Amino acid sequence: MKLDVRGLVQRFTTPAAAGRPATTATVLDGLNLATADITALVLVGPSGGGKSTLLRILAGLDVPTAGNVAFDDVPLPRDETGLRGYRRTVGTVFQAYNLFPHLTAMDNLLLPLVHVHGLSPAAAADRVRGPLERFRLTQHAHKRPAELSGGQKQRIAILRALVTQPQRLFLDEPTSALDPEMRSEVLEMIGELRTSGTQFILVTHEMAFARRVADEVAFIADGRVLAHDRSRAFFTEQAHPRVRAFLDGALAS
Amino acid sequence: MPRWLAHLIVVVLFAAGIALAFWRVGYAWNWAGVWDYRQKFVQGWLTTVGLSIAALAASVAIGGVAAFMLRSRQSLVEATARIYVELIRGTPLLVQLLIGFYVVASAVGLENRYVVGVAVLALFSGAYMAEIFRGGLDAIPKAQLDSARAIGLAPAQTLRLVVLPQAVRIVLPAVAGQLVSLIKDSSLLSVIAISEFTLAAQEVNSFTYSTLESYLPLAAGYLAVTLPLAGVSRWLERRFRYEAA
Repeated sequence: MKLDVRGLVQRFTTPAAAGRPATTATVLDGLNLATADITALVLVGPSGGGKSTLLRILAGLDVPTAGNVAFDDVPLPRDETGLRGYRRTVGTVFQAYNLFPHLTAMDNLLLPLVHVHGLSPAAAADRVRGPLERFRLTQHAHKRPAELSGGQKQRIAILRALVTQPQRLFLDEPTSALDPEMRSEVLEMIGELRTSGTQFILVTHEMAFARRVADEVAFIADGRVLAHDRSRAFFTEQAHPRVRAFLDGALAS
Repeated sequence: MPRWLAHLIVVVLFAAGIALAFWRVGYAWNWAGVWDYRQKFVQGWLTTVGLSIAALAASVAIGGVAAFMLRSRQSLVEATARIYVELIRGTPLLVQLLIGFYVVASAVGLENRYVVGVAVLALFSGAYMAEIFRGGLDAIPKAQLDSARAIGLAPAQTLRLVVLPQAVRIVLPAVAGQLVSLIKDSSLLSVIAISEFTLAAQEVNSFTYSTLESYLPLAAGYLAVTLPLAGVSRWLERRFRYEAA
């Protein structure tokens, strides 16, 4: 994928309420980001800097206030119908898994295949059997989300985004809600996807992992890209003092 | 102790307490007079069950529509539903029945008191249903809607596959309680001379002067409908049970 983001602005307005005037927060402030044709892009930076807001726009979940986004020179649609069509071609994974709690893990996987992509239930079941096996989740397929560990939930959520065979995945801090021992199983899965050539854009605070999987890394703070480079150069030859300080702090902890 | 045994013990103790109270006041039973009018009870009971089923179905439909109106971003739509809910919940059903039958129905030339009775009862219960349903819809986390959109579900699919199955589980106990209330509230239909169960008991009482013999079967008759309803509700709750995750 080749990502091209130009002049991206995202403002959120909180309407006026009792004794309080309307407030506008500028979360993305004219953000520019152009990548080479790569497999994995990782977005890092301080909380509240705009990483997740950017990812939601890239995933077609939110429409920016201004600016342009294009993947492989195809601009993102701006109307809801066009965006829904776009979202059907990509996969999104959230920090809090967002599985459907009333459905088993299996039915969570089947729902998009049957109701969005038009597969018969039998064909959909065939489609998910291999991936469940590959990621050692078959024995958990009949369970509801509440019966799964955080790591298992997130791996099912990644599979749910994956089984529709999307062009690329968007992963929004997929390990931030997990205990350390569960992080590794999720990171391992993402690492496997990277090896098998799945394209993704990942927001994460796991710097060592970012360095391992990313082709390019962008540092986002205050709604802008402060630094952006090939992964190796980003981590070893970082010139920007604020980014350098952030990386030193993150790698030390 | 098994649950059925616990239930049995409590029921027996409660019945014994009531029986003791009757024995202490030395009530002189006269069931023979009431027995002659048994047909009236049966007809009244069947009428109550029929009216309740009709009002119950209509009130769920009305409550469903009103719940979505309450959540509308169109202020006129929201205001209509809000005022309906507050007016109905804030006034006695008795007054609504009298105005509904003697004023509104007469004004539009609707003369079938059964239709009017069911309509007023459904509108009354529907206002409570609307708030219950709205609470259920509001309780679905926004993250669930994000997830549904990310998958590419259309709004109608999101409602059918994601929101409603989760909302049903949330509202079920409150809806069951509201339906039990509706069945008992149908006793007020006697004020517009619908010969339902309660009116039957009132009439039998006035013929026989056997007050308790007339009203005790009334209590038993309502329990015969409301207890199974409570049972069905608990069964449905078990079917829909899952932990939120």
